[in-house]
Amino acid sequence: MAYHSFLLEPISCHSWNKDRTQIALCPNNHDVHIYKKDGTKWTKIHELKEHNGQVTGIDWAPESNRIVTCGTDRNAYVWSLKGEVWKPTLVILRINRAARCVSWSPKENKFAVGSGSRLISICYFEQENDWWVCKHIKKPIRSTVLSLDWHPNNVLLAAGSCDFKCRVFSAYIKEVEEKPGPTVWGSKMPFGEVLFESGPSGVSGGAGEGAGGGWVHGVCFSHSGNRLAWTSHDSTVAIAEGGKTSTISSLSSETLPLLCVSFITENSLVAAGHDCYPVLFVYDGTKGSVTFGGKLDVPKQTSQRGISARERFQNLDRRATSSETTEQGLESLHKNSISQISVLEGGKSKCSTFCTTGMDGGMVTWDVKSLESDLKDLKIV
Amino acid sequence: MAKNTLSSRFRKLDIDEFDENKFVDDHDEPVDNQGPDGAEIDNLIRQGDMMTAFHIALRNPPVNTKNPAIKERALAIVLRVLTSFKSSDIEPAVKSLDRSGVDLLMKYIYRGFEKPSDNSSAILLQWHEKAFAVGGLGSIVRVLTARKTV
Repeated sequence: MAYHSFLLEPISCHSWNKDRTQIALCPNNHDVHIYKKDGTKWTKIHELKEHNGQVTGIDWAPESNRIVTCGTDRNAYVWSLKGEVWKPTLVILRINRAARCVSWSPKENKFAVGSGSRLISICYFEQENDWWVCKHIKKPIRSTVLSLDWHPNNVLLAAGSCDFKCRVFSAYIKEVEEKPGPTVWGSKMPFGEVLFESGPSGVSGGAGEGAGGGWVHGVCFSHSGNRLAWTSHDSTVAIAEGGKTSTISSLSSETLPLLCVSFITENSLVAAGHDCYPVLFVYDGTKGSVTFGGKLDVPKQTSQRGISARERFQNLDRRATSSETTEQGLESLHKNSISQISVLEGGKSKCSTFCTTGMDGGMVTWDVKSLESDLKDLKIV
Repeated sequence: MAKNTLSSRFRKLDIDEFDENKFVDDHDEPVDNQGPDGAEIDNLIRQGDMMTAFHIALRNPPVNTKNPAIKERALAIVLRVLTSFKSSDIEPAVKSLDRSGVDLLMKYIYRGFEKPSDNSSAILLQWHEKAFAVGGLGSIVRVLTARKTV
């Protein structure tokens, strides 16, 4: 588990290139910095300055090597590497509020941008006019779209939004692709069709009456695309299975709200948020239940030195507890909320390494095998 | 200067009411939860059967209605049960609840904090401590984010 502190400012968003040697991140300002890995050191090789507002989303397409960035200046840029320099192309999103998140589709012929204008812009390249064109998905979104994830079939898109719902839309663009075959989520997929909507008016929630209780911060499809997980601001994580969408399994956790989630196998997911450490959840498809798998963090070695009576009273005075652990700071690797999690190796079906960045300006790469061996009774199914 | 800048009458307008894209909550659930039955609870408290009184008090929470009178009545009943508990009985009572029960208990505790009376704060803090041990920070977050308040 390597912790690298990039900066003192929060890392707003990040994205890796195909072979994981370069990372593009936004240091909470208007730029995007690209760092290259040299052994254990990271050197900054590029600075992408074009946005007029904070960059809120970055996605690096692995095959075509293009970076798409979106920001609070209501713009998105597609960057292509020409020689040694990244050249931007403006994409007109036709939104009147900030863009919040961006994601390339699996085939990289289009990308989706979620924004505060209560809509999702699906952008694709029009060859005749040599520019990026966008189509809007508006209904029935009623508030800011916070997170997006594409289904492997390149057409379905999951969106989590501040109107407390997680939805699956069809983003089928007839100009760039053929009609998709039927999936577990549905077979008719015209552009903008809602194939699934969570929450009280759509389908009933699982455990607990907190259905539709909080902003949906993170969404993630599983590798096969048959399962969809989302985390919400009321400290719940929920999973829906396509085809069986009348039962949503959700777990009300005891932690602070989780901001990002990713599947690491078909049955396990890792989520992280305001508690500053990643957490494992295990989904049992047959029982339709989500259970807490364990806290994924490096256990701190507590020193067993004796505590004098004077120190005990001092602790009682300062901290209202006479315990020995001097919890000066957090025991986790990250010292502030984790805002984004990305799978590095193994894909979402058999992830072996994943990376988290957070508001402490640091990035941690987690190795699944060593987590399994370090933390006993952690089982990743 | 134009004359209309001297008047501040416009400040009394609620501009959000005129926004056609205003977010309107869909609260169309049937109003069936009227809150616990006061007389039954009184009987049980008199008999000393606190556990049953506790469970009945937490049944039928008036989360779906917008009528404040019903909510006040339910709150008063629940607070009466909570304050008549002995300190040693609090922990087993909390342990007997399931996840959603703990969340509901937390909601009532925080509502009780809003209007402190003579002894209520002390006993409510003890309830809070025990409920927090089971529900964790998540249950408190759910009190804050819940759209259906008790």
